[in-house]
Amino acid sequence: MIYEVFRQERKGQAFQHAGSVEAADERFAESYAREQYGRRGESVALWVVERGSIMRIEEFVDELNRNYHRVDGYPLKEKLKEARERAAARDR
Amino acid sequence: MSELLLEIADDELILGWRDSEWTGIAPFLEEDVAFSSIAQNEVGHARALYELVARELGTTADELAFDREPAEYRCSKLVELRLPEWERTIARHVLYEQADAERLERLKASDDPEIAGLAAKIDREEIYHRLHAEMWHERLKDEPRYVEALDELRPLVGKRNGHSSELTTLWEEMTSVRRSQPAGTTW
Amino acid sequence: MPEREQEFLEYVQGGGQVEAGDWMPDEYRARLRKFIEMHGNSELMGVLPEREWILRAPTLQRKLALTAKVQDEVGHAQLIYRVVEDLGKSREECLDDLISGKSKFHNVFHYPTKTWGDVGVIAWLVDAAAIISQKALLKCSYAPYARIMKKICWEESFHILHGRDVILTLMNGTEDQRGLVQEALDRWWGPLMQFHGNPIPTDEDPMFIWRIKSQGNDEARQQFLDGYVPQIWELGLTVPDPELRKDEETGRWHYTEPDWDELMSVVTGHGPKTEDRLDLRRQARENSAWVRSVLLAA
Repeated sequence: MIYEVFRQERKGQAFQHAGSVEAADERFAESYAREQYGRRGESVALWVVERGSIMRIEEFVDELNRNYHRVDGYPLKEKLKEARERAAARDR
Repeated sequence: MSELLLEIADDELILGWRDSEWTGIAPFLEEDVAFSSIAQNEVGHARALYELVARELGTTADELAFDREPAEYRCSKLVELRLPEWERTIARHVLYEQADAERLERLKASDDPEIAGLAAKIDREEIYHRLHAEMWHERLKDEPRYVEALDELRPLVGKRNGHSSELTTLWEEMTSVRRSQPAGTTW
Repeated sequence: MPEREQEFLEYVQGGGQVEAGDWMPDEYRARLRKFIEMHGNSELMGVLPEREWILRAPTLQRKLALTAKVQDEVGHAQLIYRVVEDLGKSREECLDDLISGKSKFHNVFHYPTKTWGDVGVIAWLVDAAAIISQKALLKCSYAPYARIMKKICWEESFHILHGRDVILTLMNGTEDQRGLVQEALDRWWGPLMQFHGNPIPTDEDPMFIWRIKSQGNDEARQQFLDGYVPQIWELGLTVPDPELRKDEETGRWHYTEPDWDELMSVVTGHGPKTEDRLDLRRQARENSAWVRSVLLAA
């Protein structure tokens, strides 16, 4: 079975996918993951999971361009220019 | 105490040397990597122990490891054998780890804090060796060739009444480069 | 070229990255897999010349360092074959083809190691030649391979230091020890010069076109010479090529044209140690087949 290995390089950092090992069961997977991704003390932690348990999501739908919850949905340059001009005019 | 330390050091050195013979040709790649770490740890344990003894005797770890005659080593017959079959290598691994665990417990109780401290460090690394041995034993325990190997090797645990010719062959190979230049040459 | 393939080509040439599950042109997949497989084979076979010396290492430190180096190479083979497997060819199929001679491995691993001098020269110069190629692969268009190259390059950095340490110790030692280095260098120079392959212009090299490799063969060789000939000469060692010199104006090294026939002959299975080493692999594999069956049957 293939086990995917995720490693954390330092406490506080995100776990990143590091690679995979082939192993007969979890005990072997632990032993092999430790060796391949930790024998030099290069990881403070590992997550090891059998490949079949991983759910892959690779397609995302946004047909109607929902920009209201993104930064690019708010072009404020023109409005700001107009508001500044109006404020300046009121001050005169 | 030097005697016991040398006994353990020689066992670990020779066993580590034998175990390192699998680097590159173990049954599969992941195991090759794992078993090589075990071999390196064993040689590393030997080195640490030799360093302790070397200070007492006024020599160096390398001189203790390489420059004695085969007859002067205190290793057991169990570790000397060349075992190119995986079932025999694992059988030895399992038997050795059990015996070594008991020996390390005695060393951890030593009055000498340096020795007790080193024994504790070694023991912590050995945890992984024991887990590895158990893991393989679980898988192989019903295999006839493995059971035979255990039966074959069990009587050799702790046998220190002389050496087999295999130690001499190993020693000659192990020291061939070193002996090609005068004693004291740096490598 | 069909439109979809043309788009893919432009994508990778523009720096685009490809993952295992993505669509790729058949030609890209085939060349990629073969290239990566050859790398895996090379790591696996490269272990064999060096492991003989693990058992003869003259100090505890050298023993540990050499064992760790060879262990790394086995680890690299593991990483690489996993990538090949995710491209559709199993590890067992790869080993079948390696042992039968159907697939290849790099020239340098077909030659004997005769002395402790070889141990130093291999770790110092052969690994250096390999790292130059490997660094160029960090930019491979196929992302899973580029990612493992990061780990591989990081681990190789200690191999070169170990090699340098062995060489410098020998050069500072007895006359016999210095002789070991020179003699080994004399034997390894030819294969080293052939290592990066015969000069193909990058615009004719499919590996470069598909951005699997990001560096041409000649460029890699020049980089090797630039980095390492000065290191060799400063130790008082000689290189067995009277033509070797750097043209100060162009910055390019001149050398006797390597023997490309020898390279072809060796990589197609006629090297001095090819058969012996493939035999060893075959034997080891056969002897341990029962272990793999036991583990599968669970």
